[in-house]
Amino acid sequence: MSNIIELKRGLNIPITGSAVQKAKKVIIPDVVAAKPVDFRGLIPRLLVKEGDTVLAGSPVFADKVSPDILFTSPVSGTVTEIVRGEKRKLLEIRIKADKDQKYEDFGTEKVASLDEAGIKAKLMKSGLWPALVQRPYGIVARPTDTPKAIFISAFSTAPLAACPEYALRDEFENIQTGVNVLQKLTKGGVHMSFNSDNYSGTPFHKLENITPHIFGGKHPAGNVGVQISHISPIAKGDVVWTVSLLMTAAIGKLFNTGKYDVSRLVAVTGPKAIEPSYVKGIAGMSMKDIAEYYDNSGNDIRFISGDVLTGSNIGKDGFLGFFDNQVTLIKEGNEHELFGWAKPFRTSQFSTSHTYFSWLTPKKKYEMDTNLHGGPRAFVMSDVYSKVLPMDIYPVYLIKACMTGDIDKMEKFGIYEVLEEDLALCEYVCPSKIEIQSILSDGINLMMKEMA
Amino acid sequence: MRKFIDKIKPAFEKGGKFGFLHSTFDAFESFLYVPDTVTRKGSHIRDCVDLKRIMIIMVLALVPAMLFGIWNTGYQHSLAFGLTDWGFWNIIGYGLVKVIPLYLVSYIVGLAIEFVSAQIRGHEVNEGYLVTGMIIPLIVPADVPLWMLALAVAFAVILGKEVFGGTGMNIWNPALLCRAFLFFSYPSMMSGDTIWTSGVTRYLAEGKAYASGNGLVDSFSGATPLAHPSVEGLQTAGTSLWDLVSGVIPGCVGETSAIAILIGAVILIWTGVASWKIMFSSLVGGLVIGYLGFAAGVTDLPGYYQLLMGGFLFGTVFMATDPVTSAQTETGKWIYGFMVGALAVTVRLFNPGYPEGMMLAILLMNTFAPLIDHYVTDAAISRRAKKIKTA
Repeated sequence: MSNIIELKRGLNIPITGSAVQKAKKVIIPDVVAAKPVDFRGLIPRLLVKEGDTVLAGSPVFADKVSPDILFTSPVSGTVTEIVRGEKRKLLEIRIKADKDQKYEDFGTEKVASLDEAGIKAKLMKSGLWPALVQRPYGIVARPTDTPKAIFISAFSTAPLAACPEYALRDEFENIQTGVNVLQKLTKGGVHMSFNSDNYSGTPFHKLENITPHIFGGKHPAGNVGVQISHISPIAKGDVVWTVSLLMTAAIGKLFNTGKYDVSRLVAVTGPKAIEPSYVKGIAGMSMKDIAEYYDNSGNDIRFISGDVLTGSNIGKDGFLGFFDNQVTLIKEGNEHELFGWAKPFRTSQFSTSHTYFSWLTPKKKYEMDTNLHGGPRAFVMSDVYSKVLPMDIYPVYLIKACMTGDIDKMEKFGIYEVLEEDLALCEYVCPSKIEIQSILSDGINLMMKEMA
Repeated sequence: MRKFIDKIKPAFEKGGKFGFLHSTFDAFESFLYVPDTVTRKGSHIRDCVDLKRIMIIMVLALVPAMLFGIWNTGYQHSLAFGLTDWGFWNIIGYGLVKVIPLYLVSYIVGLAIEFVSAQIRGHEVNEGYLVTGMIIPLIVPADVPLWMLALAVAFAVILGKEVFGGTGMNIWNPALLCRAFLFFSYPSMMSGDTIWTSGVTRYLAEGKAYASGNGLVDSFSGATPLAHPSVEGLQTAGTSLWDLVSGVIPGCVGETSAIAILIGAVILIWTGVASWKIMFSSLVGGLVIGYLGFAAGVTDLPGYYQLLMGGFLFGTVFMATDPVTSAQTETGKWIYGFMVGALAVTVRLFNPGYPEGMMLAILLMNTFAPLIDHYVTDAAISRRAKKIKTA
């Protein structure tokens, strides 16, 4: 057993609406969507047209740069609509699901008998290769790379995140197979990080072929990027891969059953969720399928695939993302608040700042909404950001480097080590209301362009 | 009220009748109401703290110094002119008459420039000036002519802040720039023995003052302790250590009372609005040099006197800690604070021509803060590079 790495900086956001551990319903999907926008920097090449029939696991689009990387349909059915955005950007491929699900058969072979090339080929063909995310930049891994190591975080500290011990309670065997698969893709081993709170309680610590690490602390201690920076920081030229525990299970399932099966237990959470709990759903499922969880008659709910810090706003007709097993419903805060900032007390609002008094009620949870609580300004405060970022970098300097597009400085201040999710809390606490994640995105995109 | 605002709002939007006043309208609207803007990208929820809240705490922390300043202005006046029959309300009344015009000038000139430049840039009006405008009257003598103050405020806001792009972009603390402008442009109004007590300048020039009673009392010296920083000097002026702590001495409006300033410091440190690291290390810097000077015989005052005289404490608590112009890195803050304190006392001890070393020390360190940060971050980066190599 390795030492516990205790992270002192961070913040658990006290928002209401955590899901009770109960699967309330099994969703029989109607229309689902495969979304190229779930993958950063991907240039998709469409492989189907409206009216085509597909099986679960049939390719619907591919990576234009590496055409072997296929993205496949989560269900069997008929392609009903191809949704494009500005400049004909491919947004969604909507598929109407059949009543009986039929799967492409990718065959069940013993992992031990496969070599690296065989495993890669199978992952790419089945549509599970994109589950491998490369760092730096957070893009789909390149099949030609051999990563320094592969990292998996076995816990999440994100607000209201699905509990992996519950959401993946039946997946232990699959995760083990997934780990065995991943282990063949790297020489540096599969590193898995556990939470110090329940290290001995979680079944996953019994997994084999992993290098375990234990982290303690508040969010973002569960972020794989933060963990990597404490286990083995990414230097220039390094490539590491990360996989979520959820996708590891899906990979394992592929090798165990021969099916591309991205069904999962999804936590429906947030202050606007009625009786938040879990549903048995699937990647790409529609928000309409969880209609009993919300009352959107006022048209004032924001639907987020993922958590409140990093998830994407998918709208009331949106679809769950490829990597997500959480839906968060919160109120749109498009209301004026009289004298908000001038009130001595503002008990219904949470703040990390001692200029308010929510530190007096540490146990209280808040019904947070999407109000910005202020106007955008230049950076003024210098010490609020590093208090929520347990990494050895200077977030303000990094963001300023991104703003000016200074490649050298971005490199110096650690752009290789971070993704938007790692700086999400900095954005949350920012009193100047700067869009830190979006600026960082632009910075990462610029890096990719310049370093290509 | 909300309805009324919503009704007149379209006129101030782009293309509306008063479109050119958009920033102004927005400033008043967001002053009354937290805007209804929602998050667009990135994090969907945000902490409810904003710069308005932080600035208002800053302003609040300055209130004790301001109140004391008002009283002390009147009190010093009554001492100077032997107005022994003045009660508390006379003193306050006189203080108000002197201090309120300073505030009016400071805020009207400063905010007008802020509004105009926000309008030109099409930005929202930044709340930073609320604090600057609060500080400026506290760091000038109560007798400063209002037109000079107006000129200095305009200089500080335009050249100190707006040319750099507004709050958050400026290099020097605008309030101190304002004082520096006065100090170097009109030295006769900013140094000497007669300017620190309200009413004396006018009395000497015209033979009268607002309430001059029987004229200046014989024992009037008017000198601030800083002008005669020695045991003998303080004795001649009849200033005890307690006077320095409580602040019943002549000086700039708000800088005299250590007690009032420390109340502000407690508010700032508790709310985390200003850095305790800077305050602490500045005190240490001042003490170290103060005692060195004491030991070397440059001055016969023990080091702690240096902290209590002049604007040292006020500068340490309210101006050195300005989050924009101070060092940004935590290590940098220790160095920056120490240098501010050390330099302030050094200037005092070795250059009697500039008794108020604090102003110069902070402005100088404002200039060097980015350099300190540069070396701190560089060191951190090479340390990290080494760590990665060995890992």
